[in-house]
Amino acid sequence: MNAPRMDTGAGLGLKPRHFDLALAGDAPGLWFEVHPENYMMDGGPRLAWLEAVRSRHPVALHGVSLSLAGPDAPDPQHLRRLAALAERIEPVLVSEHLAWSRADGRYFPDLLPVPRNSSSLQRLVSHITQTQDTLKRRIVLENPSHYLHMDAHTWSEPEFLAELVRRTGCGLLVDVNNVHVSAANIGIDAVAYLAQLPAAAIEEIHLAGHSSDQSLPGLLVDSHDAAIAPAVWQLYRTLVERIGPRPTLIERDGNIPEFEVLLAEREIAQQVLDGLSQEQAA
Amino acid sequence: MMRDDYHQQFLQAIWHGQSTHPLVAALAAQPAFAVYRNTIFKGCVDALAGNYPTLQRLIGDACFHDVALAYAREHAPDDVCLINYGRGFPAFVAGVEALAELPYLPGVAALDRAWSEAHLAADDAPLEMAALHEALAQGRDVRLVLHAATRWHSDDSHPVFSIWSTQRQEEAAPSPELAWQGESALLTRPDGEVQWRAIGAGTCAFLAACQRGTHIAEAAALAQHAESGLDIAQMLGELIQAGAFTSFQFP
Repeated sequence: MNAPRMDTGAGLGLKPRHFDLALAGDAPGLWFEVHPENYMMDGGPRLAWLEAVRSRHPVALHGVSLSLAGPDAPDPQHLRRLAALAERIEPVLVSEHLAWSRADGRYFPDLLPVPRNSSSLQRLVSHITQTQDTLKRRIVLENPSHYLHMDAHTWSEPEFLAELVRRTGCGLLVDVNNVHVSAANIGIDAVAYLAQLPAAAIEEIHLAGHSSDQSLPGLLVDSHDAAIAPAVWQLYRTLVERIGPRPTLIERDGNIPEFEVLLAEREIAQQVLDGLSQEQAA
Repeated sequence: MMRDDYHQQFLQAIWHGQSTHPLVAALAAQPAFAVYRNTIFKGCVDALAGNYPTLQRLIGDACFHDVALAYAREHAPDDVCLINYGRGFPAFVAGVEALAELPYLPGVAALDRAWSEAHLAADDAPLEMAALHEALAQGRDVRLVLHAATRWHSDDSHPVFSIWSTQRQEEAAPSPELAWQGESALLTRPDGEVQWRAIGAGTCAFLAACQRGTHIAEAAALAQHAESGLDIAQMLGELIQAGAFTSFQFP
């Protein structure tokens, strides 16, 4: 008996310019992800586009601004808007980052780093719990890219993520490109990092391209503006071999090529997932 | 829960380049700290470019970048939805000395803002002419309710609407015969897409009166006061056609 094909196999970040092609896309396993911040409005054509895509494909909400590692509790207005969008779109997954981006009512559009210690752990547990309680669903948490050496960490990131899973019941979104970029920038072992993550908690995988910083030689930037690097594909295959197939999403935010190019890259990920699905079924 | 000031100090270092907090100082001393600074300000500038495309086209990418960056350094976003970022940008543009010779730019920015607000507003069914006719035929006074997407903008001195609409549609430069005088514009979203048209001073007065909750007869009188000879029936027909209203209420 063949294993049932996942509805959410390999997916793509939804770009407005590809809306018509995305809507018509019929590749098995194709799904889409959007940043909820771009759709938290009262009405209008954008929401109508998203609802149209959702009527044909699974859609996930990938938040970038909840600031779970921030000093303040999640903004109640933000949570209400996110909950309303989730009710409207019925996403297959809701995700956020192990990072912060908000302080004293101001938003700083980036995923900023935080020392992994008992105080940030406590704060994250509280913020994730509050988010899950408001949304009435489990969220999945993504590992960020790192650029800085920080001596103040008292936890490794895989252990910290596993502890957050234990304490909050959240799941994990493993961004393989972020692990590769961080490994290059701050000297962690990417293979060992991925091997330490708790397999059962991993609900989604992200893939993306990166680039070299133009002014800082040797620094890799998680720029989402290029094809996925061979080393990242290799890490992905190794991860999927260990944990089994998981919904996989390719992010592309700069130098966006034709939709066919993204579909072809997606097909590689789909083959990795399908190959393993068949092996496991055999 | 106890707060330490790591986060505040981190932002201080982003803005001012240094920190007295030992942990943050050690981060800010690393060259890669610039990645965070660049990403934050690029995010703000890109959002402003997305929200003010006509202004960007008029002044060019490099000039827009400088003005947007100056704004972002003074006004970090207060909303995580960056499609709403830059509410104060038109007023900020008005104060930029280097742009003082182009006094129509703040008006162009205000129209970009009006377009975004109309684009993002709640969905409402536009008012049907027949329903209003029936009420008015019965001699009843009504109060018109504006559609959530309805926006209008007036400029007393400059033809900002002609300049804005030409650039917005990426047409050639406005005709050299463009009459250099004040203009008003109405933006609505009757069928899911934002539409715009020129309106007169009387129509602006009528819309403003409706927004204040003034009844239709008094709003019409105010419109005629602002623009003598205005044909109220024709104006009302055009506004309803444009989808400016969603409903009416009886007093």
